[in-house]
Amino acid sequence: MRPLKFVPDNTNIAFLSYRWWALGLSVLLLAGSIVLVAVNGLNWGIDFVGGQSIRVTFQKPVNMGELRTRLEGMEVGDVVIQQMTDPKVVSIRIPLDGEATNPIGKCMGQGVGKDGASDDSNSIASKVRGELVSAYPGVDIGAVNSVSGKVGCELFSTGSLALALAMLGISLFIWFRFEWQFGVGALVTLFHDVVLTFGFFALTRLTFDLNVIAAILTIIGYSLNDTIVIYDRIRENLRKYRKMEIEPILNLSVNETLSRTVTTSMSLVITLAILLFVGPDTIFGFTASMLLGIVIGTFSSFYISAPVLIWLNVTSDSFLQPDATKAGAERIGESFPDKK
Amino acid sequence: MLDFPRWKVWFVIVATAMGIVAAIPSMLPEATRDQLPGWLKNTHINLGLDLSGGSHLLLEADTADVRKQQIERMEETIRTEMRRASPKIEISDISTANGALSFMPRNPAQLDQAVDVARQQTNGVGIGGQRDWNVAVRDSTRIVMTPTEAGVNYEIDSALETARNVVAKRIDPEGTKEITVVRQGSDRILVQVPGLQDPEGLKRLLGKTAKLEFKLVDLTADPAEVAAGRAPAGSQILPLQEGGKIAVKRRVMVSGDELNDARQDFDPQSGNPVVSIRFNNAGGRKFGRVTAENVGKPFAIILDNVVISAPNINEPILGGSAQISGNFTVESGNELAISLRSGKLPVALKVIEESSVSAELGQDSIQKGVLAGILATLALVFYMILTYFRFGVYTTIALFVNALLVLGLMAIFNATLTLPGIAGFVLTIGAAVDANVLINERIREELRRGRHTIQAVEFGYKEASTAIFDANITNVISAIILFWFGSGPIKGFAVVLALGIATSVFTGVTFTRLLVSQYLQRNRPKTLNL
Repeated sequence: MRPLKFVPDNTNIAFLSYRWWALGLSVLLLAGSIVLVAVNGLNWGIDFVGGQSIRVTFQKPVNMGELRTRLEGMEVGDVVIQQMTDPKVVSIRIPLDGEATNPIGKCMGQGVGKDGASDDSNSIASKVRGELVSAYPGVDIGAVNSVSGKVGCELFSTGSLALALAMLGISLFIWFRFEWQFGVGALVTLFHDVVLTFGFFALTRLTFDLNVIAAILTIIGYSLNDTIVIYDRIRENLRKYRKMEIEPILNLSVNETLSRTVTTSMSLVITLAILLFVGPDTIFGFTASMLLGIVIGTFSSFYISAPVLIWLNVTSDSFLQPDATKAGAERIGESFPDKK
Repeated sequence: MLDFPRWKVWFVIVATAMGIVAAIPSMLPEATRDQLPGWLKNTHINLGLDLSGGSHLLLEADTADVRKQQIERMEETIRTEMRRASPKIEISDISTANGALSFMPRNPAQLDQAVDVARQQTNGVGIGGQRDWNVAVRDSTRIVMTPTEAGVNYEIDSALETARNVVAKRIDPEGTKEITVVRQGSDRILVQVPGLQDPEGLKRLLGKTAKLEFKLVDLTADPAEVAAGRAPAGSQILPLQEGGKIAVKRRVMVSGDELNDARQDFDPQSGNPVVSIRFNNAGGRKFGRVTAENVGKPFAIILDNVVISAPNINEPILGGSAQISGNFTVESGNELAISLRSGKLPVALKVIEESSVSAELGQDSIQKGVLAGILATLALVFYMILTYFRFGVYTTIALFVNALLVLGLMAIFNATLTLPGIAGFVLTIGAAVDANVLINERIREELRRGRHTIQAVEFGYKEASTAIFDANITNVISAIILFWFGSGPIKGFAVVLALGIATSVFTGVTFTRLLVSQYLQRNRPKTLNL
């Protein structure tokens, strides 16, 4: 019996020769994501814009029309009601009345200081809770979240800051461990992955909340995982095959690590798929974005991280310059000189 | 690489065993756990509110109110001290506008003396020798007192500290529940109450500052003036609970600070719920004296600047206890009694964030999360063994050890497991697999290049290590940043992620290498089926 192998030994696919097609695809996806975010906007969760969300479990499947009429009759603002996969479970979302539902304009412009809304937000949660309990005996108020506009803006700015810092920090680390071209490659890859994830959220209208920031940071981590494994191999091959052109080296490195990439990505996809279908529905958006991130991350490590190195003129000499004397000392007796 | 020094073998074994032992208490039901020896009993993972069920409130103090109170108190002090000074200083034109207190001595010759008296009322704050108030003279006639930055901060800080204590006392008078009441930032208080599903009562309890005052009603005030909101000198206009306004003397007869006890009770005549209070000795004496002097006149019971009733004093109240009546239900009476017992809040608090999760939903999340974890592990085990055979078995063992180590470390740090934390846990299983995949793939490659079994394994571990290290560092960077900026559940995710990365490198690299080296040394296989 032979071990399971999805990638045959000595696979040699000329991945990099499709790089212009892949670039076209990436640009198309990026543009699409940006347009989607600009036109559709994101479905911001109350974490960022303030308001309240209530998750209710009724005794029996509830008449949505009746529930809607009842809540709208309370005049608490624009109520968003959504039935979960279990028809007894309903999620109710009430944004802050009269305030923007987009934290970008809201938190950077005027109107953050007036936090009178925070009091309202809280009493509305109380009101809705009271109404539900009295109208539907035996109802279980599973979860209530209420965030004031001010706190929402704070969470939004710390979330954005965390995202920016993580991207920068990781790129700096790669620059430090490899070469500046690799750092740039990592940053471009990260940017690509993050923008596509935003596009995914604009497309699916899944709630974009604090958990999603955690998901994006994890996606960044895993996407970089793939990139680093390939970069590590590129570095090794650049040192090993000094006379080879850059493109064959990249192809060789991607192919050599292909089996690992496939096996690891498969493991993660299996894990996440199980979490998605069996796990609690409260983290559905989190898991879904992570699953997508694995796919995007694998693609971008092939077609963004690697080609960037061609475009930035990485050659086998790139790894000699910083420690030319040391490398020179090691290579005494070899036939080629260290510097051109 | 394959000959492990003995100490290293022991280190791996001891570290693994310790982690596993620490993981056990968290998996036992609470009753069984309580029977364990002390150190082991306390080594367990806490459940976050999203899993255990409970309420979380973030309260923000009204700092503008603190500043206002600080100036008002100083105004009171200055009035008294100027009167007491010898020779007495008459002051006029007192103003508390624009965040400063200013006044003029009637006699300009007393300006220097007045400045001295004012200076004496300031205190040093902090270590820099800074004062809490600036005293300045404007136009050579007017004294202006402005709180310094340090003075205001000190005031806010002490108000928040008192508020934190009062909040804790109100929620849990006996101090027995596992509640969390902590300061957050300069002006916030975080309250977490596990098990509490409906925080409405809690919000009502914390929504009142519960400032109780007894003042005499000003009978000389002209009703028309009162209705217009203009008070005679020495009096103030306050709203009545049942509507309308009333003029009361500014001077406080006795205040809620001088209470010994407060209970919800019933009025013996009407049977309506009331709150009975008992003053402490000083308060009781004061109350007795004032009521004796004012028999036949009404006095006002004022709660948070609203007059809840204004009964007549029929006879001197000397026993040191009194009853507050005013449209209470048993519940609201009880809430007021608790608030009065815990003392007044020095500053009004506002709920700016609330979240509550029912125990059922939390339980459901745990069950589904654990089920997902088990299924994911089984699927991965299956996949690994099919892919790498014997090495897949080693990977599997490493996976289980890794899972136990993450739990064990979380228990040792008493970390909090949240819902995103469970997701993080499931993900670290994926990360742990990656380390082994990298190594096993590399061994395959080295074998293909025609290396010897032992040499191939040796190279596989060595060459894969740099990639494993570099790749995991990036995850550590995101975990640190998440921990730094994240709040609540996200922090839980970051903790699990960081611990999982550390343990997965240990189990993936060191632990499996030990297993592999044992196998190679014992069996000396000619080929590896990989």
